[in-house]
Amino acid sequence: MKILVTVKRVVDYSVNINIKADQSGVETANVKMSMNPFDEIAVEEAVRLKEKGIATEIVVVTLGVAQAQETLRTALAMGADRAILVPCDGELQPLGVAKALRAIVDKEKPDLVITGKQAIDADNSQTGVMLAALLGWPQGTFASKLEIADGVATVAREVDGGQETLKIKLPAVITADLRLNEPRYATLPNIMKAKKKPIEEIKPEALGVDLAPHFKTLKVTSPPQRAGGIKVTDVATLIDKLKNEAKVI
Amino acid sequence: MPIYKAPLEDVRFVLNEVIGAAQLAQLPGYGEATPEAIDAVLEEAAKICEDLLFPLNQSGDAEGCTFEHGVVKTPPGFKDAYTTFCQGGWAGLSCDPEFGGQGLPTLLSLAIDEMVCSANLSFGMYPGLSHGAYNAIEKHATAELKKLYLPKLAAGTWTGTMCLTEPQCGTDLGLIRTKAVPQPDGTYKITGAKIFISAGEHDLAENIVHLVLARLPDAPPDIRGLSLFLTPKFIPDAQGKVGARNALSCGRLEHKMGIKASATCAMNFDGATAWLVGKPNQGLRAMFTMMNEARLAVGMQGLGVAEISYQNAARYAQERLQGRGLKGAVFPEKPADPIVVHPDVRRSLMTMRALVEGCRALAYSIGLELDIEARHVDPARREAAGQLVALMIPVVKAFVTDVGFDVANMGMQVFGGHGYIRDTGVEQYVRDARIAQIYEGTNGVQALDLVGRKMPDNYGRLMRQFFHPVADFLQAEKDNPALADMLPLFMSAFGKLQMSSLTVATRGVVNPDEAGAAATDYLRLFALVALGFMWLRMAKVAAEKLPQAGARAGFYDSKLKTARFFFSKILPQANALNLAILSGAKTVMDMPAEAF
Ligand SMILES: Cc1cc2nc3c(=O)[nH]c(=O)nc-3n(C[C@H](O)[C@H](O)[C@H](O)COP(=O)(O)OP(=O)(O)OC[C@H]3O[C@@H](n4cnc5c(N)ncnc54)[C@H](O)[C@@H]3O)c2cc1C
Repeated sequence: MKILVTVKRVVDYSVNINIKADQSGVETANVKMSMNPFDEIAVEEAVRLKEKGIATEIVVVTLGVAQAQETLRTALAMGADRAILVPCDGELQPLGVAKALRAIVDKEKPDLVITGKQAIDADNSQTGVMLAALLGWPQGTFASKLEIADGVATVAREVDGGQETLKIKLPAVITADLRLNEPRYATLPNIMKAKKKPIEEIKPEALGVDLAPHFKTLKVTSPPQRAGGIKVTDVATLIDKLKNEAKVI
Repeated sequence: MPIYKAPLEDVRFVLNEVIGAAQLAQLPGYGEATPEAIDAVLEEAAKICEDLLFPLNQSGDAEGCTFEHGVVKTPPGFKDAYTTFCQGGWAGLSCDPEFGGQGLPTLLSLAIDEMVCSANLSFGMYPGLSHGAYNAIEKHATAELKKLYLPKLAAGTWTGTMCLTEPQCGTDLGLIRTKAVPQPDGTYKITGAKIFISAGEHDLAENIVHLVLARLPDAPPDIRGLSLFLTPKFIPDAQGKVGARNALSCGRLEHKMGIKASATCAMNFDGATAWLVGKPNQGLRAMFTMMNEARLAVGMQGLGVAEISYQNAARYAQERLQGRGLKGAVFPEKPADPIVVHPDVRRSLMTMRALVEGCRALAYSIGLELDIEARHVDPARREAAGQLVALMIPVVKAFVTDVGFDVANMGMQVFGGHGYIRDTGVEQYVRDARIAQIYEGTNGVQALDLVGRKMPDNYGRLMRQFFHPVADFLQAEKDNPALADMLPLFMSAFGKLQMSSLTVATRGVVNPDEAGAAATDYLRLFALVALGFMWLRMAKVAAEKLPQAGARAGFYDSKLKTARFFFSKILPQANALNLAILSGAKTVMDMPAEAF
């Protein structure tokens, strides 16, 4: 069985986010970048399936700038076999990415695609879902447990108020949630081996997809600073403030 | 809660832009150690240090090791962390691939040592000692012993120790009493009491390999009569399966000021079976060959603690609101200004930063020379590297560990009373850093090594390995406008070092007390000048890169600002040291011993 795992290079979770002066987006220059944590979980799950003898090959793919190679190397060091980089410098939006991934899936013909449930940069939670829809494949989103047997994936997923278990036929798309596993540290031998594993570059044009953004970002601002609390004199003022200032009732 | 982020940007700067670590990949056997590979390794090491080792630092300090019926337990979490560390191959990073190591450069191993020691100095002791034992066995033991022991040490499934110290014998190893008696089968029986043995007993590994300095029956009574013995806790069979318990045991765990999660043990050898490493009566020489790397590694302990102390002090200074800037409120919207606005707090932070970054550059530059000494194809280059290493090891060991403690102490001052209270975590750094000035040769003894052995060696042959490159650099850069404000300050200090060197050398020949009394001041003067040289090199690079640096402009700009601080506020100490040195030994030796 072949697994395709999608990974994205994002600002490291531990970095304090700064907005660019012109409000066009988040500052990424000279900021620590890492693999999206949910993608790390996706890679880990694939590696575990390979270690169990269920998967035979793991291909990781990313769309992004040239430095996203480092993210691919990280996945290779964790245990993926080879990598695909679709180099693109411009802004990427979920639908474009999902279309590009569909083209990669058509080419690679994996039995299973694992994505992170969301990327922590824009928190869209859309790419994996759209990919499944474009492919017409079943999907198991927000997976917290995954078992594969006889061409069927059993997926436990976290839903409001509980856990739901799905059985879906492969090929399918799984999106990984936090509790699916705890990603390993790459070992030194694997870090060195990763240097020799192949990274293939496929230009977006070769995939025949249009990656141009469909949405225009007007501006990006920091969330408002939390103002200090105040004491109200009576219940009437409280209700008035909740209604007219906070507009929550 | 303290924080730690591996200072990868500065580490990369020093490796790639200042000392040229790219040349490692040209050394035989290091072809894979390209800058990209080194970077990937550092990234993962940083993750392990930040996420695995650092969270165990405070708890390890609070809980410490425990001792019951001869069994030592490390604090909760240490065993799992150690297993993960070893499974990742980190214990064998610079070990020979023939013995299961990764065959990566010593420089890289030292850079990672720094991060490990920032994150958890106590933890770092265990792999650190194993690595020392590995080196001694690799260089001096028989092929059979190597085959049996090195793969286990490289994998970390067995750990190592160095058993030198005895109650009556610390610095003066000639006083060692532990005995080794040859047996008909070619092994030896070791009997004696060792104290202060780091990692002497613990629960992290399946076996412990003690390297013991002991005396053969017919040995001369001084340091020329010491031999080195490999003495395992469990005697392995030829396949490396651990067997019978050897006749040695831990009698006590020492209660100590810091590094509480590192087990410091009194070890009793009661006729323990041992194997000779190297030749009879050549034990000290065997120890010496691994000493350079071990002393550099202890320097990295000082650097590591200094780095984390700086990080926490810098953050605290931004957050703690007290008082107002002397020229009026800097943040009027806040109830008070953060203490980072106060000149005296800045003086501390800048001093800490200038010392930490300078020491990093200095230590790494010597680490690179260690690899060159070991591997370069050109024998002349190897020899030159070896001479510079020999000269600089005592300087780096003593100065960087002094910096470790001083910077930790300054960091505590930035925290005020909150630094003295345990919760903030920074008083631990003061306690942990202190030992590095004492073991692996006290810093006083390092200074004696510098003035007594390294300085006079072959009429100053080693000294020239430092002085000539500095002079060449000054000649080449004398008109560099970017260094214009720094060069005069450096040249003044460099002149003082030359003057002091000459004085100590000439007076020392006539009266050794003159060299002895000047030693510590002289080492510090030497170190400050060596740091100054590294700061010049860093400033030169930073000034060249700054104009096209884009988003990294802030980094280079800070480098230049820190460099200027170093030259104007720290390096002038060279004047005072020089005067103290020139004043000679008389006032030191005048007081009769009984008057103390
Ligand atoms: C936590 C810890 C861990 C240790 N781990 C190990 C270990 O793993 N293995 C091991 O073998 N040992 C270990 N040691 C021992 C350590 O190496 C010694 O404590 C150190 O070498 C100093 O010896 P000493 O304590 O006997 O001091 P002394 O030698 O008694 O020195 C006392 C003072 O006199 C000075 N002095 C001594 N001789 C001279 C001289 N000739 N000229 C000038 N000054 C001199 C010293 O600098 C020092 O200031 C450890 C010690 C500690 C505290």
